[in-house]
Amino acid sequence: MKFLPYLYALLFLFLTVILSVAVGAVFIPLPDIWRVFTGQAPQVVSQAATIILALRLPRTALVLLTGAALGGSGAAYQGLFRNPLADPYLIGVASGAGLGAVLAMNVQWPYTVWGLLAVPAAAFLGALLTVLLVYSLARIGKTVPTTNLILAGVAFSSFATALTSFLMLRSTGELRQAISWLLGGSTQAGWGPVLTMLPYLAIGIVILLLSGHALNLLQFGDDQAQQLGLPVTRTRALILLAASLSTAAAVSFSGIIGFIGLIVPHVMRMWFGPDYRRLLPLSLLGGAAALLLADVLARVIIAPQEIPLGIVTALFGVPFFLWVLRRSKNQGYW
Amino acid sequence: MLKIENLSVSYAQRRVLHAVSLEVQSGQVLALIGPNGAGKSTLVRAVSGVIPVLAGKVQADGVDLLSLPAMQRARYLAVVPQAISMPPAFTVWETVLLGRTPYLNFLGQVSEKDKQIARLALQRVDALDLADRHVGELSGGEQQSVLLARALTQSTPILLLDEPTVHLDLQHQVNLMETICRLAHSDNLAVLVALHDLNLAARYAERVALLVEGEVKATGSARQVLTPELISDAYKLPVRVVPHPFEDVPLVLP
Repeated sequence: MKFLPYLYALLFLFLTVILSVAVGAVFIPLPDIWRVFTGQAPQVVSQAATIILALRLPRTALVLLTGAALGGSGAAYQGLFRNPLADPYLIGVASGAGLGAVLAMNVQWPYTVWGLLAVPAAAFLGALLTVLLVYSLARIGKTVPTTNLILAGVAFSSFATALTSFLMLRSTGELRQAISWLLGGSTQAGWGPVLTMLPYLAIGIVILLLSGHALNLLQFGDDQAQQLGLPVTRTRALILLAASLSTAAAVSFSGIIGFIGLIVPHVMRMWFGPDYRRLLPLSLLGGAAALLLADVLARVIIAPQEIPLGIVTALFGVPFFLWVLRRSKNQGYW
Repeated sequence: MLKIENLSVSYAQRRVLHAVSLEVQSGQVLALIGPNGAGKSTLVRAVSGVIPVLAGKVQADGVDLLSLPAMQRARYLAVVPQAISMPPAFTVWETVLLGRTPYLNFLGQVSEKDKQIARLALQRVDALDLADRHVGELSGGEQQSVLLARALTQSTPILLLDEPTVHLDLQHQVNLMETICRLAHSDNLAVLVALHDLNLAARYAERVALLVEGEVKATGSARQVLTPELISDAYKLPVRVVPHPFEDVPLVLP
């Protein structure tokens, strides 16, 4: 009974991974996928093998990691700020990352490995600088009131978005690329992005998975959490950093994808309750599965053209969320 | 035993507590009274290490509490806050188990012994039947009982309560105060309870401390502190103090 939610989430994730490997410009039937993975009759399925190993698997991995990062950091932000609207966008992390990336795109980088890495690195830097800036702007003495943090985040987010739009209007070269990246389209293929993203994400996700108990305590407010024995300031900073690291990694390689970080934790909370020790892993798994599903839709809706992921998550995520919200019988789930 | 020595606190240049010194013996209930804004809640927050203090010491049986890390401090001192900041979706059981935090690792894994302690705490405040309910569905009195059970689950020698009766009806006020006194005596707890109601303080506390504008104006038995002069002066309102018709305590009438 206790493990049932995880079982559901893992099953859903497994199904979406299969879908993501099978569906695309070329449909690969299940038996062929099975043969490729078990190494049977390689000559028959060599074309399928190439597609799966060189294209579908790296993309599936990238989308899976991105979704997990967004779902997990969304749950953490909502818990940290005790605010049902909090997500990677509210405190400006995503916009900061976007600004960093567009700044980097304005410079004509040489077409080398370092040139290719410049954009995600700048996005990453933008995200981390934003967290530090917003955090220090919101700080009063030793405490960081939630209201201040969200106000500073929203304000900086508007500023960064305006600056990003301005830069994109002024830019001449890679405007299209920048726009499609911002809307959540991956600009790079292969295992490169996955491997570059993994270390940052691993650190972020491990810390998030360990912070369920601390987030439970923080739901009672900073005073009570501290009186119950939690070193509040230090713990909050650590969780904030981990969530922002995850978000930055996701935004760096997959652009700005909305709604996953907002919706997935809410749906998990409505279905499985408010305990963050359960909510965090479920939001990671759920975020991964939801984004994979969105990516499959992005490939098939107007095939052979692909829709940027950010558009799909909003178009399908919002109605789904409203439906769950309407059906939810547990009124005070938050 | 809780010993507060010369505790001073200021918010943004303004001094809120001036060299407050108080002592609460184990097994004793001390009621902290005083008008709104006198600094009762500030004292509870400062003593529990939530806000920085300018000067002064807080000791539990000789241990300097304010210099301890939060987790160790929480093994000496538990706080029952006002029942306003409760996440409604948590169950009573989940909430009370969080009281074991000072003895748990970062993941918050509880043992069978921790559960036993939580169950006992719920039983002692007469709330075991609430265990599976959501905090948001509870009445004010039930929420206050749950917070008291959570504080008991911390297994501390000192208990601070911040105006626990403030949103409760008469029956629940009396029940809660009786429970608190019973626990103080049976578990030998040093209890400091901030109270608005002077007559509850007179009836249930062994000692009363009057806090006015951040200073302790008087401490002693209810009879010594609840005098017409002291109370009229503190609340800026003429009051009369008469003997309680049935109990051996004073009764304050505005």
